[in-house]
Amino acid sequence: MFQGGGVPLSWYLILSAILFSLGVAGFLFRKNIITVFMSIELMLNAVNLSFVAFSYKLQQVNGHIFAFFVMVVAAAEAAVGLAIILTVYKNRSSLDIDDVSEMKN
Amino acid sequence: MDLFFFVVFAVVAIGGGVSVVLQTHPISSALSLVAVMGSLAVLYLLLGAEFIAMAQVIVYAGAIMVLFLFVIMLLNSGGETKPGRSAMVKVLGVPVLAGFVAIIAYVFSLSFNDTLAVHFGGFSDGSARSIGRAIFGAYLLPFEVTSVLILVAILGAVVLARKELD
Repeated sequence: MFQGGGVPLSWYLILSAILFSLGVAGFLFRKNIITVFMSIELMLNAVNLSFVAFSYKLQQVNGHIFAFFVMVVAAAEAAVGLAIILTVYKNRSSLDIDDVSEMKN
Repeated sequence: MDLFFFVVFAVVAIGGGVSVVLQTHPISSALSLVAVMGSLAVLYLLLGAEFIAMAQVIVYAGAIMVLFLFVIMLLNSGGETKPGRSAMVKVLGVPVLAGFVAIIAYVFSLSFNDTLAVHFGGFSDGSARSIGRAIFGAYLLPFEVTSVLILVAILGAVVLARKELD
């Protein structure tokens, strides 16, 4: 099937798809705002795996640069997002996302 | 050996991902996410991305997850107590996502069924040297813009964390 004991590239991409779907599931199903936020990090990690795998296929370093930028954006997002969560908790004394649903109507 | 490492750490990653979604307490989810990130770092090494693997361990597992754990402990929130989503989400959610994964896996296995196998050492351009050359060459402007982005994020975090809305 594949020579020399290597791993097919598509397996990496399928693993990335599985992790991304798990992140989507966590984002949609969980009610704790911190867990929802961690699901977003899981999705970003899955996309990073795709970038690095495609970088291997094309034998270029560009995918690594994009993965690096995704990490930078994730760090900035985590800092701001957790500050927002702290503010929400200060005002609502709750981390349930259904308690912060004024924009629904 | 490649196949062995891939299977072991892919299983750890998927198990950790499932655990992130299914655990009710945020601390358990955060520790599962650390497991996912560690196994992804090993997979990056198998793909020849040394720099990204180290950055994954230091930035994600080291900095971002510590920030998460710090906030979870600061807020001291327990697990979820309220019941979950509506009936439609409970019934349709898992099958729809499984179908999504199946479609993507089918497309990937069709599109990439050429015999490109990933070997450890098959791509040796992921060192800090070549990443640095790319960042300070072709990607210099985006790299400098990210420094502005991080500055904005720092200011935003400080302003938000001390704001009193009443």
